[in-house]
Amino acid sequence: MAEDTILEMRSITKEFPGVKALDDVTLKVRRGEVHAICGENGAGKSTLMNVLSGVYPHGTYDGEIVYDGQECRFGSTHDSERAGIVIIHQELALSPYLTMAENVFIGNERSRRGWISWNRTERDAKQYLERVGLHDNPGTRVLDLGVGKQQLVEIAKALAKDVELLILDEPTAALNDDDSSHLLDLILELKAEGVTSILISHKLNEIKKVADSVTIIRDGRTIETLAASSAEVTEARIIRGMVGRDMTHRFPEREPRIGPELFRIEDWTVHHPLDRERVVVDHANLRVHAGEIVGIAGLMGAGRTELAMSVFGRSWGTGISGTAYKRGERVDLRTVHAAVEHGIAYATEDRKQYGLNLIDDIARNVSAAGLRKLAHSGWVDANAEHVVAERYRRDMNIKAPSVNAVVGKLSGGNQQKVVLSKWMYTDPDVLFLDEPTRGIDVGAKFEIYTIIHQLAAAGKGIVMISSELPELLGMCDRIYTISEGVVTAEVAREDATPERLMQYMTAVKEEDHE
Amino acid sequence: MSAETKVPTTERAWRTGASYLAGQLRQIGLFIALIVIVLVFQGLTGGVTLSSRNVSNLVVQNSYILILAIGMVMVIIAGHIDLSVGSVVAVIGALAGVLNSKHGVPWWATILLCLVAGAVIGAWQGYWIAYFKIPAFIVTLAGMLLFRGLAQILLHNTQISPFDDAFRKIGSGFLPDLGHGTSYFEPLTMILAVVAVVALVLQAVRTRRSRAVNGLSLEPLPWFVLKNAFMAVLILGVAWLLATYRGTPIVLVILGVLVVGYSAVMASSVFGRQVYAIGGNLRAAELSGVNTRRVTFLLFVNIGVLAALAGLVFTAQLNLAGPSAGDGFELDAIAAVFIGGAAVTGGVGTIGGAIVGGLIIGILNNGMTILGLGTEWQQFIKGLVLLAAVAFDVASKRRAGRAIS
Repeated sequence: MAEDTILEMRSITKEFPGVKALDDVTLKVRRGEVHAICGENGAGKSTLMNVLSGVYPHGTYDGEIVYDGQECRFGSTHDSERAGIVIIHQELALSPYLTMAENVFIGNERSRRGWISWNRTERDAKQYLERVGLHDNPGTRVLDLGVGKQQLVEIAKALAKDVELLILDEPTAALNDDDSSHLLDLILELKAEGVTSILISHKLNEIKKVADSVTIIRDGRTIETLAASSAEVTEARIIRGMVGRDMTHRFPEREPRIGPELFRIEDWTVHHPLDRERVVVDHANLRVHAGEIVGIAGLMGAGRTELAMSVFGRSWGTGISGTAYKRGERVDLRTVHAAVEHGIAYATEDRKQYGLNLIDDIARNVSAAGLRKLAHSGWVDANAEHVVAERYRRDMNIKAPSVNAVVGKLSGGNQQKVVLSKWMYTDPDVLFLDEPTRGIDVGAKFEIYTIIHQLAAAGKGIVMISSELPELLGMCDRIYTISEGVVTAEVAREDATPERLMQYMTAVKEEDHE
Repeated sequence: MSAETKVPTTERAWRTGASYLAGQLRQIGLFIALIVIVLVFQGLTGGVTLSSRNVSNLVVQNSYILILAIGMVMVIIAGHIDLSVGSVVAVIGALAGVLNSKHGVPWWATILLCLVAGAVIGAWQGYWIAYFKIPAFIVTLAGMLLFRGLAQILLHNTQISPFDDAFRKIGSGFLPDLGHGTSYFEPLTMILAVVAVVALVLQAVRTRRSRAVNGLSLEPLPWFVLKNAFMAVLILGVAWLLATYRGTPIVLVILGVLVVGYSAVMASSVFGRQVYAIGGNLRAAELSGVNTRRVTFLLFVNIGVLAALAGLVFTAQLNLAGPSAGDGFELDAIAAVFIGGAAVTGGVGTIGGAIVGGLIIGILNNGMTILGLGTEWQQFIKGLVLLAAVAFDVASKRRAGRAIS
């Protein structure tokens, strides 16, 4: 009984019409700890946090919340914030055109009788920003900051609300390794200052690093709460709790059968669309063989996505030079249409922004890139389209009631399968897969890996961009490293180690002249 | 599947039927709203609303708004807007006046030249929007002023009339009376209506059969029958009313062709799909190989031509080209589109919805005019209806959203 419990959620049940999102969930958080919540996508983690923070007000769920020894009935996030509970959602809630200082006090303005006190705003903001390790001028617009710093502004904003219990929903999903580890350190610092945190994360190594306890949720139910620090609680142990089975192999088996060269670029140079002087990809050479999976490793901003997108119909950048060869013959990939015609596909890292029409259904998203194959003199054969979509739904195991289901309502893994289906239907020879497993849970990742293997086995050339080194090491036959737009090395699978890749990924250009 | 079959079949049929209807709520709701409004006015006006003469007038006097609504809904689905159509109506009317009335250019050449002028106007705006990347709101706001001014310049700020009889027919003419005025009703109208109904039913059955062959899900049979029977009765009923007056207005034929043609384009042509794709997610469409600029450009050329057609119909009906013609038409067309269920953010909407939306506005106008309500009340009530329709949309979307997320 010596344990001081700050929060207890008892028997929380939340139903949506037709779906029981949470079923008798219990969560107990000790004061001053970092408590991780993990579970597959759709397990109910975010719903639980929305119940806690009052996004779903009292009365829309069953069960009770005891915070600081008192039963709470939050009617809105405003109520929960007054109690000291602040949630930072995955999608950041910052206003890009306002300054850091203004953002820190959004909804919590430093004011007197309705008029903003700018001096206090700036002075206090500076203090909060420094506490999270941001030393930029508080007058900087949020728009001009990187994602990592934006995340820190969110935390400063929470501190300004005198946060006692901080909830972070996948805080490092969009961050690179440096920013991630900085953020995790910050969580530990806040812990030392007495702030309790709830951390929702897919990344098990992070959980091992910062969390004191882990609660695992599966299918809307609490499975167990583990002491994260104990030695028996390994990543494999957590995964077993999440998926309900052992995942000894994170990557499926594969026997590579590599054929002749399929595609190559030479001297590929790309400039920034807004700053024509800035070289983003610098004389890159890259090739992929039939049946081969080639990885591109690089830190955020190294030019990985920019390289892939510029090859794919010049959909990014200006002043693009260099040549592309398909099966040894020079090809012109001036437009996306031309690239598709030449059998190139690019599955984006940002499904929601660039990959899918979220308000439309599975069938129409699957057919979006290969629509001409379904059309006779300009008229689409809707029945054939349905048949095609249905085939992919089955083959790719897309979990949806029918191909008429709206894509925006699917989970991340299923959305990714729709994106892949769309490109597979164009029957490409070369597929650029940009972060194909970002934001996807462990089980779905394995399925995506299997699909990638099947594509390679069918003789296609795969170029895979990923921020997760283990993924590249587990999947690729060959890995290119890229740093500041320059391809710094090409490493065969046998020679690749995380340390080695990281060394090339951080290699700086020695000379900056021509 | 096997578990499902254990539920008593009638109960299951009811349940699937009910959930199917719930899914169609928006469409059905729109139709029901239209019917309720018609019936209310029918009662209030003591039967005038559904009199032969008034139905004929309703069709003729709303035709140009409906033509504009067709072009507008396509533009709005793509996530743009066109504020200039009212001014385009005026400038095309003025051009028609100068050509036909002043210089005696024959009716067919006048129409052709005016449609080409509409295409040029559309291309002008489409260029700035699609290739120069200025938001459509700005370009067409400029166009609204630009073409209104141009109309006044062409007309020297006066009115031009009269037009020759052949030209006037596209606004207020009727198809030839096969009964030569002797029969109780005009036979051609009924023949056309029967042909339309047969074509509609055949097409519906064909589509259903081919879906069945491909193993795709079908609408519940009772709903299928009910829907088509309803459409058939509606067409025959309207035709009967028209036949007992002066027969089929020529604009109705034009409108019919446009509705059928554009509905097909939007539902199942590659171009139509690309319009929805652009409105749903512009970048994703671009990265799927859609030539988004060309599609946007063509959409504005298209609405330019349709606005020109509306201008011709309107001018022919009034037998007069005036500098303030078409004032406010853009707002009626936009309102029709949104009442018809299109989304401001793009990606959603149908030609059929826009037409029903346009009819709702038209019947409100017509009914309130018969009742002797002033334009101030007409505006007031139309505003409320627009807001109510969109509020209904938002509310039903929110309910659907809650069900899943």
